[in-house]
Amino acid sequence: MTATQQAPDQPIRSLPAAGPAVKGLTPNIDVPAVQKRPRRPAPWPLDLYQTAVGKKWVMAVSGAGLMLFLFAHMIGNLKLFLSAAELDEYSAALRELLYPILPNTVFLWIMRAGLIAFFAIHMHAAYSLTVMNHRARPTKYSKRDYIAANWANRTMRYSGVIIFAFLLIHLANLTWGWQFLDNDQWVFGQVYNNVTTSLSQWWLAGIYIIGQLALAPHLFHGSWSLFQSLGINSPRLNPLRKGFAYAFTAIIVIPNLSFPIAVVTGAVR
Amino acid sequence: MRVTLKVWRQEGPTTAGRFDTHQLDDISAEMSFLEMLDVLNERLITAGEEPVAFDSDCREGICGTCGLMINGRAHGPAKATATCQLHMRKFRDGDEIVIEPWRAAAFPVVRDLVVDRAPLDAVIEAGGYISADTGGAPDGNLIPVPKAVADAAMDAAACIGCGACVAACPNGAGQLFTSAKLQHLNLLPQGQAQRLDRTVDMVETMEAFFGSCTNYGECQEACPKEISIDFIAYMNRDYVKAKMRNRKLVGQRFP
Repeated sequence: MTATQQAPDQPIRSLPAAGPAVKGLTPNIDVPAVQKRPRRPAPWPLDLYQTAVGKKWVMAVSGAGLMLFLFAHMIGNLKLFLSAAELDEYSAALRELLYPILPNTVFLWIMRAGLIAFFAIHMHAAYSLTVMNHRARPTKYSKRDYIAANWANRTMRYSGVIIFAFLLIHLANLTWGWQFLDNDQWVFGQVYNNVTTSLSQWWLAGIYIIGQLALAPHLFHGSWSLFQSLGINSPRLNPLRKGFAYAFTAIIVIPNLSFPIAVVTGAVR
Repeated sequence: MRVTLKVWRQEGPTTAGRFDTHQLDDISAEMSFLEMLDVLNERLITAGEEPVAFDSDCREGICGTCGLMINGRAHGPAKATATCQLHMRKFRDGDEIVIEPWRAAAFPVVRDLVVDRAPLDAVIEAGGYISADTGGAPDGNLIPVPKAVADAAMDAAACIGCGACVAACPNGAGQLFTSAKLQHLNLLPQGQAQRLDRTVDMVETMEAFFGSCTNYGECQEACPKEISIDFIAYMNRDYVKAKMRNRKLVGQRFP
């Protein structure tokens, strides 16, 4: 029945031997390792990041940090609906955070450095885990019928890339004031003016809406699955995790969608 | 019943595979899936052709030897059922059934539908045991274990090591298998002494051969023993703990 006797003489694949190959049960079959083990472990706590479980843990921690940022950013944005003076004062206050203790903008830059680090490490972990996963599953099935996998978690890589592209456009538009976005009325510090003049262009408002629509599934899967990656799992908590993910996604994405829509339709001018 | 089979045929590990189509006209709905394949093989042998190689042993769903990708689902369309316990009544008359081997870099195809699952054994060898003195059998219930803990450990221990979790995972990850094999020991008092070392050794051996978890949940749906992805979360927690904890203090109390 089995083909033990007929296995050929050479090992199955000539993948670069990444680590210890396992001697297969069947004669003459070696299973090559898919991930290179470091020759020498990095000093603690960096050794955690050398493993896939550790990378997922780091992704969950950085993702949770970025979720906190998104929440604070959304709350601040709501000032758009109060008045121009309120929004401009809020943005000025961000520069003056912890002012008498630290010089102006120093604390802002500390927070920005943290954000940049979170983004960088989140993306690097995603990239290296994707490479590992493709190596672990080189052959696709000719027919595959998914049961649990859904659209949100199967498109994490793509939604992540779209979100990053949107982030760059968003920074160019409102932080750096680049002219290629027809930002001729951009003025440093006049946030309300900058938002209303740039987002009244329908195509730029469209980019913002696309960015938020890509954020929704990414945030949904991320805010549920971070509990698994961090090992936060208990019978009492588990029924709440999906509900939390839906609620958090709605709390972030619905207000964020309202801003470009309000400006482009003229509700806020 | 009348079924059309599209079966993966592959001479050996290095040769390219192909699908062969066979028509079977008089299949009983009472047959198991593997009995249906036996019928196919008898026909092929009678016709002087090479029979389809597939793995099976106990044929009662407890040994973990069988395992086929049937119509894009590991172990076929029935929930909590190994391939050998799948019956033809789950299919309709006239169905086309696509049969493929498990696909993962860790599971090279030996021939046709047979794969080599040696990396699963490597994970067990790395730490899937407790070191205990043998001797006179201890009295029953000498070590108190809360009922909920005993139940959870038993749920993990139900793993038969068939590899369906790896086959179903789009990343070829072995996390459900490894976490089940870890947690049926890590949850119990007898497993505490080696808990951290076991977790590090088994996780790092797993990562040499398998992909990483993206929380799709496909593995738990494919598992014939319905092992929960909760165990993956427990494994992640234990692994990070193993990296963080002062091991000199582990002997004191380890929640």
